Amino acid sequence: MTKIKLTTPVSDDVLEKLRIGQKVLLNGVLYTGRDAAHKKLVELLDNGQELPIDLKGQIIYYVGPSPAKPGQIIGSAGPTTSGRMDLYAPKLIALGLKGMVGKGKRSPEVIKAIKQYKAVYFAAVGGAAALISKSIKKCEVVAYPELGPEAIHRLEVVDFPVIVVNDTLGGDLYEEGSKIYAIR
Amino acid sequence: MKTINAANISQAVAKLCMEANYFLGRDMIEALQQAYEQEISLTGKEIIQQIIDNAGIAKSEEVPMCQDTGFAVVFVELGQDVHIEGGSLEDAINEGVRRGYTDGFLRKSIVGHPLDRVNTGDNTPAVIHLKLVSGDKLKITVAPKGGGSENMSAIKMLKPAEGVEGVKKFVIDTVMAAGPNPCPPIIVGVGIGGTFEKAALLAKESLLRPVGKPNARPEIAELEKELLVSINNLGIGPQGLGGRITALAVHVDVYPAHIASLPVAVNINCHASRHKEVIL
Repeated sequence: MTKIKLTTPVSDDVLEKLRIGQKVLLNGVLYTGRDAAHKKLVELLDNGQELPIDLKGQIIYYVGPSPAKPGQIIGSAGPTTSGRMDLYAPKLIALGLKGMVGKGKRSPEVIKAIKQYKAVYFAAVGGAAALISKSIKKCEVVAYPELGPEAIHRLEVVDFPVIVVNDTLGGDLYEEGSKIYAIR
Repeated sequence: MKTINAANISQAVAKLCMEANYFLGRDMIEALQQAYEQEISLTGKEIIQQIIDNAGIAKSEEVPMCQDTGFAVVFVELGQDVHIEGGSLEDAINEGVRRGYTDGFLRKSIVGHPLDRVNTGDNTPAVIHLKLVSGDKLKITVAPKGGGSENMSAIKMLKPAEGVEGVKKFVIDTVMAAGPNPCPPIIVGVGIGGTFEKAALLAKESLLRPVGKPNARPEIAELEKELLVSINNLGIGPQGLGGRITALAVHVDVYPAHIASLPVAVNINCHASRHKEVIL
């Protein structure tokens, strides 16, 4: 299957064409964020304060990389379980976040927000962390350095491989994919 | 009586932490290659290939195969004729974990308090399971366990009347509920019998077996086979995106049970099924 190249920041018309099961190569900037960072971001929003990063048109990668060895840009960097961010994700999507990369199912609330605000949820291959880190060309901490691996990093990526799981139409590859192959 | 120095234990544990995270076992690579052949979903095939490639990169560059380098779960078989000098066994193991995770550039994923959630900074403490055995050997197995698959594990106290059908249903339901989250293809560890905590330990210990090696008891080996077929019929597939290979193997271990009890534990392991052992 051909792979679609996507460069951040992404626009609605590009995202609206994506369908579940399509393979995508992400280029440009990805911001990292896990549980603790999401909690801090949403606390800021709830207090009416500004976020340390502008999420409009951006994509968040749910990852807590392992430490870089000397000479490495980043350590191993595979996706973490997205469900832990479900509580926070709709607020960030409403704010203009256009994509999320992780692994595992999303809640109905997140899927609804994805549809309503035209965002996309991508899966990266969980555990393929050494392979994935090859597509990360630059890495810097932009917020919450005190969180260690959970800090928000700004990554520059080239052809970072993902698969569309939840699209702007409300499709869900986790539901549809297993139906095709199930034997009853 | 044999004397083993605590410093040697620390050194061995540090090495095992690194090796377990960098080098996927030959049995796992072979199981993945077989899964690649059997998978009919093209996306599933591609994912399994990426997992195999990933293991190759991790090995050649000596980097973690997964960024989640896990809780250091350490199984110790201590011969009763062994004397440890120069410090306690527990301290020696934790010192090994500290050094292994720091020197090996492994991720420190442990928080010191489950509610305060402040990182201990060195991946300690380990979870240590100690078994006193006969002889004068000390066997240490380090099995780093990632959060993604551990979180999808479950335990249930069945009624004895529910029997093997109840066990099967609970295992299948647990794997189905886990879906894509534990990074399939998975290894499913099942512990049946004993007490609440014994069943969980059986499930985890079963994951140390070479992948796909059947239980020595024929009726349990048969149950393992049957469960594997049922799980793979769910269609969850590699990474949960649809396919025939959801699990590479099901390992079941059993233990005598109380007349009132039928505990069942399911401990799920991701495709990065890591463990390395040494005998001192």
